[in-house]
Amino acid sequence: MLFGISLLSFAVINLAPGKPVALENSLNPRISAQTLERLQKLYELDKPLHERYWNWLKRATVLDFGRSFGDNRPVMEKIGERLPVTVAINLLSLFLILAAAIPLGVRCALRPDGLLDKSLTAAMFFIFAVPTFWLALLLMNLFGITLRWLPVSGITSLDYEYLNPVGKAADLFRHLFLPVTVSSLGGIAAMARYMRSSMIDALAQPYIRMARAKGLTEGSVLYKHAFRNAVMPLVTILGLSIPGLVGGSVIFESIFSIPGAGRLFYEAVMMRDYPLIMAEVVIVSLLTMSANLLADLSYAWIDPRLRDKR
Amino acid sequence: MKEEPLLLVKGLNVVFRYPGKEITAARGVSFAVGRNETLVMAGESGSGKSVTALSVCGLLPEESASVSGSARFEGEELIGMPQKQLRSFRGRRIAYIFQEPASYLNPVYTIGEQIAEVIRLHRGAVRAAAWREAEHLLELSGISCPQRAARSYPHQLSGGMNQRAAISMALACRPELLIADEPTTSLDMTTEAEIVKLLTRLKKELGFSLLFITHNLAIAERIADKVAVMFRGELVEYRVKEELFASPAHAHTKELLAAYEKVGRFLEV
Amino acid sequence: MNKTTLAGISIVGIMALAALAAPWLSPCQPAQIDAGNILCSPSAGHLLGTDSLGRDVLSRLIYGSRISLSVGIIAVGISTILGVFFGALAGFYGKAVDALIMRVVDVMLCFPTFFLILAAVAFLDSSIFNIMVIIGLTNWMGPARLVRAEIMALKEREFVEAARACGAGNLRIIVRHMLPNACGPLLVNATLSVAGAILLESGLSFLGLGVQPPVPSWGNMLTEAKATLGVAWWITVFPGSAIFLAILGFNFIAEGIRKDLG
Repeated sequence: MLFGISLLSFAVINLAPGKPVALENSLNPRISAQTLERLQKLYELDKPLHERYWNWLKRATVLDFGRSFGDNRPVMEKIGERLPVTVAINLLSLFLILAAAIPLGVRCALRPDGLLDKSLTAAMFFIFAVPTFWLALLLMNLFGITLRWLPVSGITSLDYEYLNPVGKAADLFRHLFLPVTVSSLGGIAAMARYMRSSMIDALAQPYIRMARAKGLTEGSVLYKHAFRNAVMPLVTILGLSIPGLVGGSVIFESIFSIPGAGRLFYEAVMMRDYPLIMAEVVIVSLLTMSANLLADLSYAWIDPRLRDKR
Repeated sequence: MKEEPLLLVKGLNVVFRYPGKEITAARGVSFAVGRNETLVMAGESGSGKSVTALSVCGLLPEESASVSGSARFEGEELIGMPQKQLRSFRGRRIAYIFQEPASYLNPVYTIGEQIAEVIRLHRGAVRAAAWREAEHLLELSGISCPQRAARSYPHQLSGGMNQRAAISMALACRPELLIADEPTTSLDMTTEAEIVKLLTRLKKELGFSLLFITHNLAIAERIADKVAVMFRGELVEYRVKEELFASPAHAHTKELLAAYEKVGRFLEV
Repeated sequence: MNKTTLAGISIVGIMALAALAAPWLSPCQPAQIDAGNILCSPSAGHLLGTDSLGRDVLSRLIYGSRISLSVGIIAVGISTILGVFFGALAGFYGKAVDALIMRVVDVMLCFPTFFLILAAVAFLDSSIFNIMVIIGLTNWMGPARLVRAEIMALKEREFVEAARACGAGNLRIIVRHMLPNACGPLLVNATLSVAGAILLESGLSFLGLGVQPPVPSWGNMLTEAKATLGVAWWITVFPGSAIFLAILGFNFIAEGIRKDLG
């Protein structure tokens, strides 16, 4: 816990409003005199550095990040609106990754160097080489325009309000299908690979021989004994892949015109809306950190061997 | 008329096939284990003892191991029997315990769960009854706090306790034959003596045949009815215990005996 | 050198040659606007078609390789040098220095890299130089960990004592005796990072935060693709394929080297 707190303070220090200082010092020609004045007042640039930082820190802890440059609304409000969408999409992606990668990895482990296994290994190269935004564009072209199967923007259609619950669900599904699938692709390939090697390791363990010697069915041996051990490390790895997913949201939300926190960030960057930018970085990093922490903790909870060690 | 032995192995061959090479782990191995008899199979590492024992129940990986010969258990031929049928023997009529108990127990399930699993599988018991039986078995194996042990995980118990747990698990369904593959090799001498004593006691109480694999002839001296000596995949000597110790025939047996003499007599605990 | 490495080097080699020979190789000027010929599909005159300003896609693609490759290589150069430096410090001097550096590494790894880069680009200009530096500054953690692990492993070995006995100073020991061992994994890491840097630069340019038009970058060519979706497939397919091939090439090289290392 102490570790977490010290991490937090380090993180915040990194984000101290020293960057606007750099900004003013670099005589950025994009900033008009007016904006400069606003900045001066806002950041209390007349006060010494440490005082400035302390004030910002004080406000940040109560999640007051000031007002957005764009429309002068409180930053937290803007983020709060869009965050649920991004979180939802990322959770869906995580879910898809697990649902697809685990069975795939297990199948490959059971038939190492079989057709599926070799195909997965080969496919992985290509999957990792494809820029996801390019893939998104290609698929949008294919499914959205040429085939007209799926919509290419937003998360709901115009007549969403008028649909019944089933219709709403279907509409959401059609809109989210491409974004979630494309963003999960890399994760699926990587996770399947991990599942495969983890499963192969687990199957080589002595207790598997004992399980067979007890007369357990092969299914029991595989899924009750081997799998339970093999799936544990995946939790941590899943946690580690969260920053990647979050970073990807920026691009995906822009391509698919999804009103999420990622696109908000992108717009903020384009408009140089500093309060919003800094707030988003802090919040996203906090979320990522907590996700990692959660992954670590749950691993300690799943593995009995770690439960006793404090 | 002589009674048919419980386990009759004749001309057992085990060959491991890997791309590019072939290793014969066991060649022409023949022995028999009678009812309530103890056969100690002795030999150094790599002599083929474990491989022989595993092949009886088809526990060697099918892709690389090719087993031929005969192993008749109560008149039924086990070599070549399909896995599905073999499963009805494993754990129920023929049980195994292995060398490092902690590695051979699944680290993510409690001891009680792993014992109860076998009881539910072969004796059709319900969860609660199986758990109680598991605790009872642990107590039978000399564990002082069976309830706590049942709720513990393998890493929380000592090597000796884990091996007692493994023994409980093996005997849960009252098998006719217990195959113990070097069960005491990784234990300290005191614990080793305790486990051997435990096995002897349980054998008398429950009545089963014991195939005990070891490289330590002291154990043979203590518990064996017959002794089989393996050397480089072949059974080189197969005698009643007293005869073997009195007049060993094969050179390797003599080496093993010499080592045993040097170390000293077995601890009478 | 195994087949995989060879395949990778061929791909990357062709691109590098194209980048170097750009002025002679490309049929047209990359910024040459030809209003009469906008959005032409691939034809004899324009092998890969033209974009919405009539510029030849093939030429822009070739000139784009200059950007992508140079950003990739220089950014990774920066991150590797930084990484080696900090990793060596942490590994060699240990204790407080190590704890401090590793803490920084952990903090930096907490942030989604892309977010950091975007934020940094927001505060600074989006010049090519800045992009190289920023990408370099956010990727040094990998090499640092590698080098640190290698040095810590070697620190206790005898030949360090022997070298010291011969009067070698710390720096000499690190550079001449320890670092060469890390070369293999570092090379693999570097090649993979180049692929990653190319991807990052394309992503940034695609979002309009990287290389600005009219300078052609494969990424900003794809920005246009978004607008002309369904109308001009060649604007989507070709630049994207270029990125794909470049990344694939570098990945092959990395995998090939890794296989050789065993």
